Amino acid sequence: MRKRPKRHVVIIGNGIAGISCARHLRKQTEDKITLISSETPHFFSRTALMYIYMGHMTYDHTKPYEDSFWIKHKIDLLHDRVKSIAFEKKRLSLERTRDVFYDELVLATGSTPRFLGWPGQDLKGAQALYSYQDLQEMEKNTQNIQRAVVIGGGLIGIEMAEMLHSRDIHVVYLVRENSFWGNILSEEESELIHQHLRTQNIDLRLNEELKEIQTKKGEGVEAVLTAKGTLIPCDFVGLCIGVRPNVDFLRKTDLEIGKGILVDEFLGTNIAHVHAIGDCAELKSPLPHRRAIEAVWYVGRMMGESLAHNLASQPKPYNPGVWFNSAKFFEIEYQVYGSVPRNPKTDEHVFFWRNLKENKSLRLIFGKEKGEIRGGQMLGLRQRHDVWEEWIRNEKHIKDLMESLEKANFDPEFFREYEVEIREEFGKAFPHLSVPSIPSGT
Amino acid sequence: MKSLQRLSLAVFLLGLGGFLSSFFWGGYQVQKEDLLKNMTEEKALRFYQEQYHILEKKYDFGFTLAQSLEKAMDDFNTKRITEYEITSRDIDLILNQSRSPFDTSAFHGLGAKKESVRYFKTKAMQIYGSWLQDKIFVDKPSLRASLEQVGSQVRSYEILPKKGFDVYEKDRLVYALTKASTQGLPRTHSLFFLCCIYGLCILGALGYFLPQIKTEGPAGIKNKGIFHSSMKNRGYLGILTGSILILFYLVLYFKPSYMTSWICMVDPLSRSLSGHEAGPFFLYGFLYTLCVGVMGLRMLIRYRHSPYQMLRTGSLIFFQLGFAFLIPEILLRLNQPYFDFKNIWPLDYDFFFDSELNKLIKNGGLGLFMLGWGMGLILLAVPILTYFFGKRWYCSWVCGCGGLAETLGDPYRQLSSKSLFSWKIERYSIHLVLVFAVVMTAGVLYTYWTEQSEYWGMNTYGIRKTYGFFIGSIFSGVVGTGFYPFMGSRVWCRFGCPLAAYLGLVQRFKSRFRITTNGGQCISCGNCSTYCEMGIDVRWYAQRGQNIIRSSCVGCGVCSSVCPRGVLNLENKTEKGRFDLSPNISAKLSQI
Repeated sequence: MRKRPKRHVVIIGNGIAGISCARHLRKQTEDKITLISSETPHFFSRTALMYIYMGHMTYDHTKPYEDSFWIKHKIDLLHDRVKSIAFEKKRLSLERTRDVFYDELVLATGSTPRFLGWPGQDLKGAQALYSYQDLQEMEKNTQNIQRAVVIGGGLIGIEMAEMLHSRDIHVVYLVRENSFWGNILSEEESELIHQHLRTQNIDLRLNEELKEIQTKKGEGVEAVLTAKGTLIPCDFVGLCIGVRPNVDFLRKTDLEIGKGILVDEFLGTNIAHVHAIGDCAELKSPLPHRRAIEAVWYVGRMMGESLAHNLASQPKPYNPGVWFNSAKFFEIEYQVYGSVPRNPKTDEHVFFWRNLKENKSLRLIFGKEKGEIRGGQMLGLRQRHDVWEEWIRNEKHIKDLMESLEKANFDPEFFREYEVEIREEFGKAFPHLSVPSIPSGT
Repeated sequence: MKSLQRLSLAVFLLGLGGFLSSFFWGGYQVQKEDLLKNMTEEKALRFYQEQYHILEKKYDFGFTLAQSLEKAMDDFNTKRITEYEITSRDIDLILNQSRSPFDTSAFHGLGAKKESVRYFKTKAMQIYGSWLQDKIFVDKPSLRASLEQVGSQVRSYEILPKKGFDVYEKDRLVYALTKASTQGLPRTHSLFFLCCIYGLCILGALGYFLPQIKTEGPAGIKNKGIFHSSMKNRGYLGILTGSILILFYLVLYFKPSYMTSWICMVDPLSRSLSGHEAGPFFLYGFLYTLCVGVMGLRMLIRYRHSPYQMLRTGSLIFFQLGFAFLIPEILLRLNQPYFDFKNIWPLDYDFFFDSELNKLIKNGGLGLFMLGWGMGLILLAVPILTYFFGKRWYCSWVCGCGGLAETLGDPYRQLSSKSLFSWKIERYSIHLVLVFAVVMTAGVLYTYWTEQSEYWGMNTYGIRKTYGFFIGSIFSGVVGTGFYPFMGSRVWCRFGCPLAAYLGLVQRFKSRFRITTNGGQCISCGNCSTYCEMGIDVRWYAQRGQNIIRSSCVGCGVCSSVCPRGVLNLENKTEKGRFDLSPNISAKLSQI
């Protein structure tokens, strides 16, 4: 490590991106580190908000580090909101505390929910779910209610449906597209989720779009009117059509902003000593198969670590490796490794296996010409991250992959194994590539 | 379905109410035959004569009779002491007759009206004062002090046991007499109430749990509302449950005579199994097995999506019912030593007690096999099986304490503290108990072989008594189970169990077992840590892509079950790379 004078690194946002950066910076430097957040005094896991509502955990359980951790590692926490930034003076104006000056500034301001300006979206009982404050509001808004409508066929939408369902609130779930999470899941995969939702008595309505939220007394929501003209009475409306970078307070500055804060491959912005990571950052030149803005937990964590490295030593371009993600839809777990588009490209084969009775499926994408694996997506199966990453990085041939499928199995002991079934199915779909269903030597 | 569950809950509460109220049922009257059956004839007749008021009265409650009996025995003892005590007048007499060097013939001059008393006193002084023979004393006061010392030994070791009741006999008698004098419904209709009370509880519980297959939706993790629940999050229901459990254990260990009405009700079952009348620990074993069975069924329903949890729970129920409950009772019926084939020293802390060893050795064939089996478990099974499977093979598949924790305790698993401070306390306390158990047992064996009770300046009987009281009763029972609703289901296993400490050392340093973290898939949500009954902050490892290797991990597998992203997996792999970090956690810095 090169010796250099101590700097003051200020990080705005104590989400996973901000704290990953702070932690890794602390490991590598002696810099003074200040983390500013207006949301909560300490870092908590945003992905666990739903579990607080459902009573699986309390807020305290969602804090990955004990409060003393931050004192021990000399990471100063400031519970305040940044009003404005004077980049030329390297100065932050805060709401309650006096101005803060930085040597290096890290913007990790996260996302903010998207609203489409629906009539009635500001009524009491209509809300999105992103922050801890949103959760508190949801707690208040859903006291003693019977019926709710949730809008948005993505991860937050289905999570909110599960949350409400856990409190025995009847949910009408409106999805604008003709299938759930249609930009990621294939038709069959979506169908599996649709079935699962319906067995839980979630009133899933596809191809239905919110037109307006209605009230009579002018206070709380009373009904939702859809684009098709259906009137759905309800006491609560969850608006979960997605998020966008939380950058509005930076719009009128010199900072270069597209949808998010534009950053180069080193996660630096157009202003020297100012960096952006996580949900709020937009890569000017995204990597192949990757999007410019990836509002995902793992990306925030990796960007934080990458930037910490760049601040501490010789900068290296941000490279998150093979794409991966995970989710859970009620009882069904979801994992993806690599690039698995809903519709394969012309040079790609797709193989799909499912077990409808047990809500399990596997979809593989591989090249037509060379047979190399490009990605795999699973429902109800746990697969090993390191094995899949190695397969995809080394472009493993689908035939070899099929033979060593067991290597990637990460299901708990004594769980039913599906490899033989999968290979049989594969043999039928691609006879010229088939391998014996019980391969020798594996 | 919901109304069936409500009805079942009512049925269960009715049964539970019956159980709790039956503590106060029945009446108690001591009969002369009971005295004769339980004491020597001399004591019995005397007691009958002097403490006749006890037999005259009909007592409403077990504890009122037990207290009266204790008082009567104390009175009886006081009288015996006045009668037989070496008084200062006796000592004066001895002093007057004594010469230097001392000759024990001086004991003959003791004065008492009755010939028999005089004989008793002289005999006793001769036994306990034999060491005074030919001793030279500088003056009379120093001889007097020695004689007073002998006198007090005579009181403790001669008068009380022979003429009155010493502590052990008193405890035994209070229980035996109260049990024998229990009358009324628990005695006359024991089988009827056994079936009614426990039948209602079981029926109610089944009616409550079974419909959950339908009402709770598809199989999967169902932790909704746990932290909103008064029962499961230290609310008033939890406090009430914990208080009842603590009271139960206090009565069981220290005042079993208070609950003879409960014990009478399980008499028919005990007779049909072992042919003997039930004792307090038969009742305990019965309740224990019932809880493991019924709450085990709840566990099976709750985790029916996980074969690991189903098999594990099935195994725990099997070992509790078969190994801990039925087999020992059947052994008794066959006039063989009572033996739990799955209990391992040092959890089974009296395995090396002289009484146990003698019992097994005296029995010959089967007894010796049991001795060998027990040694084999300690020396071979623990290290070998733990090397291959981790300590879970015992703690969460076989052990009785684990069995109760994983079934009855499951609703409370989330209450264990995950703080670094608790971890620190845990490491000290569990290893200190292990050291205590080893020192205690070494002392017991030292005494067994050398017949010396002094060992490193300690009395080995004192150490074993202290261990039995503080560790065997208070820690493992009262705190271990009574604190479920306050500190989670594994208080004993985590902070106290010396066997868990031993298994843990093997698991930590020489085992193939670990919980693997799946690359970078952790979202730090905290479900794993929250539901770890051992208070391991699983997330701390998972979020940095590190395998979880902790001596305390009992391998229950619940962290893996509750993980919403499929990140955790219990594995027995090679030792190589066990402590390595997962390569996938970070951005690809190294490859650039």
